[in-house]
Amino acid sequence: MSEKKKCDPRVFQLSRRKALKGLAAGVGVLAIPSPKASASVWESFFQKHFKELSKEDLPKVLARMEEQYSREYGRPVTVKATPHIEGVKFGYGLDLSRCVGCRRCVYACVSENNQSREPQIHWIRVVRLNKEKGIDLSEAEHYYNPREVPEKGHFYLPVQCQQCENAPCTKVCPVQATWRENDGIIVVDYNWCIGCRYCMAACPYGARHFNWRKSRIPTDELNPDTHYLGNRPRPVGVVEKCTFCIQKTREMPGRYPACEEICPVGARKFGNLLDPESEIRYLIENKRVFLLKEDLNTQPKFFYFYGS
Amino acid sequence: MKRIIILLKLSVLGIVSAGLLGLLTVSSEAAREKYFDRSGRLIVIDKPAADLLRTYDTKNRPPEKSFPVPPPPFTEGIFPCSDCHEGMEPNLQRRTLEDMHTDILLNHAEGQRWCLDCHNPEDRDTLRLVSGEVIPFSESYRLCGQCHGDKYRDWRKGIHGKRTGFWNGDKEYLLCAHCHNPHDPRFKPIHPMPPPERPARGPH
Repeated sequence: MSEKKKCDPRVFQLSRRKALKGLAAGVGVLAIPSPKASASVWESFFQKHFKELSKEDLPKVLARMEEQYSREYGRPVTVKATPHIEGVKFGYGLDLSRCVGCRRCVYACVSENNQSREPQIHWIRVVRLNKEKGIDLSEAEHYYNPREVPEKGHFYLPVQCQQCENAPCTKVCPVQATWRENDGIIVVDYNWCIGCRYCMAACPYGARHFNWRKSRIPTDELNPDTHYLGNRPRPVGVVEKCTFCIQKTREMPGRYPACEEICPVGARKFGNLLDPESEIRYLIENKRVFLLKEDLNTQPKFFYFYGS
Repeated sequence: MKRIIILLKLSVLGIVSAGLLGLLTVSSEAAREKYFDRSGRLIVIDKPAADLLRTYDTKNRPPEKSFPVPPPPFTEGIFPCSDCHEGMEPNLQRRTLEDMHTDILLNHAEGQRWCLDCHNPEDRDTLRLVSGEVIPFSESYRLCGQCHGDKYRDWRKGIHGKRTGFWNGDKEYLLCAHCHNPHDPRFKPIHPMPPPERPARGPH
């Protein structure tokens, strides 16, 4: 019996373990960029996590991206990595008694943040609800398309990233490619994201979106003012989301997010939660405020309110 | 006795200098950011000076300009009103206008007011508050605020209406009349932008 089991050293035998090892190594070699690939491909392949980039490396990475995007889109593109401002935590307010559901914010966001036009990605989804039912999401309809809004008997609830303090999406990321910045904005390092989409499954607001294909943006519609953690053109296979227009709001002085600037009824409010004089603090202290899916304890920093 | 005093003095000096040293180290600590990477290694990085300077100071902020607004939304060629009204005797009689301004349809508590309750009969280029105070068109929010006090209060805080500019800097307001026609203030319905595309049909 024991003789039968002995291997004949002259015969090449492939065990299951060996075969799998070989297969994995082969696939691994295939994934490495070819030696003929340009230096920038190699550099991005070996690039560190955004938070571990040194002071010397970060400008190099930004310069490499600027060069790459400028070449790709045939016009100068800037990529910055403006850090947060100390003493700032961003909060957003949305007046449900004012919103008319016109979707101006959706498209202002698309053009400001370089979302893919084809396939279509929208960071903001406006949901139509029934006035009689109140906030009952089983009544939600987001394909509504009447001639004129607002429609009788309906009100509208725009939903985007709620920038949760207790964000489920950042906890499930297996590679820590998404995290909460000190000013409360949840960001994604598109160069670190592996595209597993766990965060999309974890988000109770449907606020994260996946690039199934390389985003297609017409060159003349590209917003060339970009941020590493925000609106720079995204590669295929990564997740993206609202960043409160990080490229606009982190400036000194900082502009308002694009959705706030476009709103024709002034339903959108934005400010610093740590500033007692800000409009966001005023509305939290003086208006009836509503948090979406408050029972999940995600602690959103997106405050729906009723102005009147 | 002298020795004891000298000793005391020395120890006080030592404590003070130790405290100063502690302060110094604390302040240099503040310029560093510490965190652990995934393998548990402690990483200390010097925070760039720009990071420390970018502090949002809520106490020593520059005074905001008081309600800067864009020019009032007049109909093309209508202002200044005195171009026509100059030298015209004001007719204080409440009536339906037939010669001019027939396009104005008053749908704003019309039973209780008419033109000259708000427009100043003495000088048509201005408005008039109930108190008799004369104000320019660029301050018309004060006129509206006479009745709509709650909205006026919210508007000044940036809650009612739209405020643009900088969230941590100068802001620009809009006059009530930029969004609401003062003669017919209800907000008019608008055409919505197209709905999102439905997901492509899969294999099912």
